[in-house]
Parts: sequence; C-alpha cells; structure tokens
Amino acid sequence: MTSTRKGLRTGPVRLGLALSGLVLLAACSGPGGDTSANTGTAAAQAPTGDLRVAVITHGSAGDAFWNVVKNGATDAGKQLGVTVDYNSDGDPGRQSTLIDNAASQKVGGIVVSMANPDALKTSIENAVKAGIPVITINSGSDKSSSFGALAHVGQEESVAGEEAGRKLKEAGKTKLLCVIHEAGNVGLNQRCDGARTGFGGAVSNLQVDINNPTDVESRIKGALQTDPSVDAVLALNPQVAVSSVSAVKGASSKAAVATFDLNADVTAAIKSGDVLFAVDQQQYEQGYLPIVMLKLYRDNANTVGGGKPVLTGPGFVDKSNVDKVAEYAERGTR
Amino acid sequence: MTPVTSAPPADERVGSPRLLDRLVLRPEIGALLGALLVFVFFSTVTEQFLSTGGVATWLDDASTLGIMAVAVALLMIGGEFDLSAGVMTASSALVTAILATKLGWNVWLALLVSLVFALAVGALNGWLVMRTGLPSFIVTLGTFLALQGLNLGITRLVTGTVQVSGMRSAEGYSSAGYLFASTFTIGGTSFYVSIVWWILFTVIAATVLVRTRFGNWIFAVGGSALSSRAVGVPVVRTKILLFMTTAGAAWLVGSINILRFTSVQANQGIGLEFQFIIAAVIGGCLLTGGFGSAVGAAIGALIFGMARQGIVYANWNSDWFQLFLGVMLLAAVLVNNALRRRAERVRR
Repeated sequence: MTSTRKGLRTGPVRLGLALSGLVLLAACSGPGGDTSANTGTAAAQAPTGDLRVAVITHGSAGDAFWNVVKNGATDAGKQLGVTVDYNSDGDPGRQSTLIDNAASQKVGGIVVSMANPDALKTSIENAVKAGIPVITINSGSDKSSSFGALAHVGQEESVAGEEAGRKLKEAGKTKLLCVIHEAGNVGLNQRCDGARTGFGGAVSNLQVDINNPTDVESRIKGALQTDPSVDAVLALNPQVAVSSVSAVKGASSKAAVATFDLNADVTAAIKSGDVLFAVDQQQYEQGYLPIVMLKLYRDNANTVGGGKPVLTGPGFVDKSNVDKVAEYAERGTR
Repeated sequence: MTPVTSAPPADERVGSPRLLDRLVLRPEIGALLGALLVFVFFSTVTEQFLSTGGVATWLDDASTLGIMAVAVALLMIGGEFDLSAGVMTASSALVTAILATKLGWNVWLALLVSLVFALAVGALNGWLVMRTGLPSFIVTLGTFLALQGLNLGITRLVTGTVQVSGMRSAEGYSSAGYLFASTFTIGGTSFYVSIVWWILFTVIAATVLVRTRFGNWIFAVGGSALSSRAVGVPVVRTKILLFMTTAGAAWLVGSINILRFTSVQANQGIGLEFQFIIAAVIGGCLLTGGFGSAVGAAIGALIFGMARQGIVYANWNSDWFQLFLGVMLLAAVLVNNALRRRAERVRR
C-alpha cells in the first residue's frame, strides 16, 4: 500500500462542513424551485444587433434525422444572420442542464425538443422568466404553451401514426409489426398507438435498439419468421426502415415496409419499390422555422401559430413524388 | 579487516521526503492539475463560465456524476467493478415513481422501498462475485442487462408507456423534494441541493477511506484479497458492503433525479457506468485495485462537468465532445501513471 493513508488533512472535511453550513444558512426554495436568479431579470438581449439562438434537442449525436433539423437551423441562421448554437443530449437531465447553460449565457432565443416535457419544465420556465423567448419543436406540443413557450413546431405523433395505419389498411394489409427503436421515447409509442387506431387490424410492437443495426435487422427477421402472416412492417426511423427491407428479404417474407422519416436510402428504396411509402414530418422545417419565428418576434414582435402547434407533417412520400424529394434528401435537407 | 575511515551515511529511512515528492504520492494530484487546467482554460476562453450562473450550471452537471464516481472509486480501490451502476440510477427512480404515482404511496415510503431494492441488488452483485469467484466485470454486466430489461418491461407493463411521470401530485412530494431536489441561494444565484449531497458524500467517503479501519480493509482487499484474508480482514463482508455502497449511491442519484425532473424514462442511465469509471480513473484509481482516492474521483467528475458545459459556453461544435473526453482520459491516465512511477521511487 502506498501512503494514501498519510494525511487527508482535515482540509476537505472542514471545507465540506463549512459549505454544508453555508447551505443550511442559505435561503432554500422547494423542488423545481425558481432558479431564475441565475439569469437575473436582465432583458435577454437588446432588440438590435446580433441574435443568438441555442437549439437544444434530445437526438443522439450522429442521428440522421436530427442532422437534418440541425441543417435547417444552421441554414436559417446563415440566411438571416442569426448565430445558431446546436447541442443535443438524449438524457433529459443533461438536456435541462444545457437549457440552464443557454439561459445563463443570456441567448436571444432557445429552441428545444421535448421528448420528456416534465423533466424540462423547470429549466424552460426559468428561461421564460428570464425573458428569453422559447420555441418547442418536434415533440411535447401538449405542454408547450403551459410552459410559456411562444409556439410549437412539429408533427402530432398520434395523428401521423393514424394516417400511416390508414394508408397501410388501404393497401390491403391485415397484420402489422410496429418497430420501436428507442426505449424511452414516448412519441414512438404514440405513433404505434396511432397506427393501431388507423389500421384497425392486428398490430404488434417490437422493441429494438437503434444503436445496434445488426440487432435491429435480426430481431425484425426473427419476428417475421415467427409469424409468417405479418404482411406489413412499420419502421419509425429511416435506418430501421433499411434494416427492415433487408430483414424482409432475408426472411423471404411478403411483408410491405412503410416508414417514418426519410433519408437517401429510403428514397432509393421507395423508387425500387422495396418501401411502400414514407411518412415525412419535414423536420428541416423544425430547425428552420423557429429561427425565422424568433427573428420575427424580436424584430417585429410577431408570433406564429395562434397558440396551436405549427404542423410540419405528416406529408407522404411515395412513388409519385419521390424523385424530387430524393434530390433534396441527398443534400441533407429532407 | 579494513578500518572504517568514513562516517556511516545517514539512514535514509529517517530522512523526511521533500514536499514535491510528498505531493506526488497523492493519487488525486493528477486530477487536481487537470481540473485546474480545464478551469483556467474555460475561464479565459469564455465569459459565462465564471459567472455565478455558469458555475451553478457546471457544478450541477458534475454533482450527480460525482456522487456515483466517488462510490465507484471506493469499489475500484476494493478491486471490483460495477457496470450496473448506471442503469441502477434509473431502476431505483422507476421503483420510487411507480410506487408513488401508480399505487398512490407516500413518496417517503416509496423512497424507502426503492432504497431496500437498490441495496438488495448491490448485495446480490457482491454475493455473486464472492460466491462464484467470477470477475465482477462479468457478473455486473449480467445485472446491467437484467436491470435494463426490467426497467423497460415493468414500466410498460404498469404504465402502458415508457416513462413514469406525475410525481408532483404524489403525497409527500414537496417534503422529499426539499431534501433531494430543492435549490438554495448564495449571492443571488440558485444552486441545486445535489451539489451539497455530492460534497457531503465525498467528505464521508474520503474520511472512511483514510481514517477508519474499514478504509484500511478496502485498500487491503483491493491490493491482495488473499493476503488480507490471511491477516484476518473480512474480505467477503467488505466487498459486499462496497457493492451495496455503489447501489446506495445509485439510489441517491435516482432519487435526486426523480424528484427534480418528476419523470423518469425507462432507458435512462444506460452508458453512464463508464463515465463513473472514467471519472474515478481520472481521479487516480487503478483498474487493478488497491490504489485511488475518493476526493480524486470527485475532482474527476468536476472535470467532466466543467468540460461538458465549458464546450457549450465556448460555442464549439458538440460533435467533438466525445473525442475531447477520450483524449482527456488518456492524458489523465498517462499523467497518473508517470506520477505513480515516480512515487514508487520516493523515499517514504
């Protein structure tokens, strides 16, 4: 043993006790307390000069879908002369820390996606209290206005799911497999529940892990082999859609694949007929529009949406319009 | 028979080592240098890093990681790993949330039951490791996967969705919230109480480690389980208690999270276990056990928090964050290694 035994002098102990003492003396406020003191009541930014917007999403780094949102935000920033900082963290606790961080930087606006609204409530409300306009995107539309956000830009997941289910039903399908790729994401569950409503037939959910493509493909393949009567697979993410196509081929199943969201691979698969259609929520707009809205709000005190969510979807991409969309998916804007 | 002509050299065992050498002996010195470096760097590069709001933000970020890193450091000094620690933070929060919101229990009672659950899982980890003689890496990897499945399965079974929310309306929420998730104000800035828990936990762990007999046992079983058993150290009891400490710390972090964010996702906490280990290693712990420090692990977590928020304040592209972390980890380990080599040469 080395001499780590030697003298942890009482320094840290005393310091700790002193700090704890400070805390006992300091004013306490309850859980979910008002931390707006962090940002003070200073006006967020003068209505002229540079506008800085922090975009904080729950996408994991390297996710194709969120990359398009990021492109939308940064393109809008370039075109309107707005500085855009993009950060993301899938963990709701750390996402709320990022919001606190933006608020303490006194940015001119915050754009935030709410996969888990309750966890972000305090941070968003504090930012609003500090005079920073907040716009929510992608998910959490039902909580948006109660948190004090200016507007919500996104797609209603259950509505989109319902439409997708209906379209599959119209295509004459009877048994649907709905593939959920993130365990903690409520929006994905809403899509599958919506699909169940719209589809009307038998729908079963399958849980896979998006971070492991091999696992995605083999699980879907397994599900198709186990139940050959499944004639439709609904993927909720373009990467899963591509895996589903391989799985369908590997299991020599007759199932049709439909998906949420687009990328270049999905458009190619729609062209070749491997994928029936894609539900497109046009997430580029979810990055682009909030920047425009924040700029309008600052320069002209305009608001958009009239208290209702601004819907960017569902749009549908199938054989009829895929060529044009494919071109845009290539450059990362669809 | 040559007569002695020169005076015998001074006995090196009674000399006192130089101050620098004494410093080099401390396992947390590498982390401390790293923390200073990161702190000074971000303080000069960004404006908000040193503002009170900024400090509150990165301390908050470091606090829950710090609690876990300290517990994991004790376990690593004891020569074991716990890969289930990250998911355990979500499991304990889920137990609390389900009992409080779905069964309508008082939050305090729910917290107590989830603590018992956490300690039981920790004891099971320890018992399995000691009983089977398998590496703890393997055993806790199994626990990690099992808990991950339980989190998702039970949450969906009970709630029909994948997150449990609605803690705010549970009975006893506000009193429990005061203890785990309130804020206190110093100089007009709000700090989360989790920072106090972190400091408190670090002080207790450091004191136990270097001031008590149990602390000696931790070093002993990590250094050599066989030798310590031979001299009468209760190896099994010590290691099981260490696993229970990690699980207990995970319960504390889970409770802080559920009361602050009032909701918990079934997939929370996955992947965090490596961050705990990294923070402990930056703080001077060795993967082989028998060496390390609780204060060092707390500083390791502080580096994490400062870097994580500092990168945002500096407006860097966050895509590079993981690269930065990886490089920092390697640098920290190399520095620690160099210092330890040097320490072994120092006269004590």
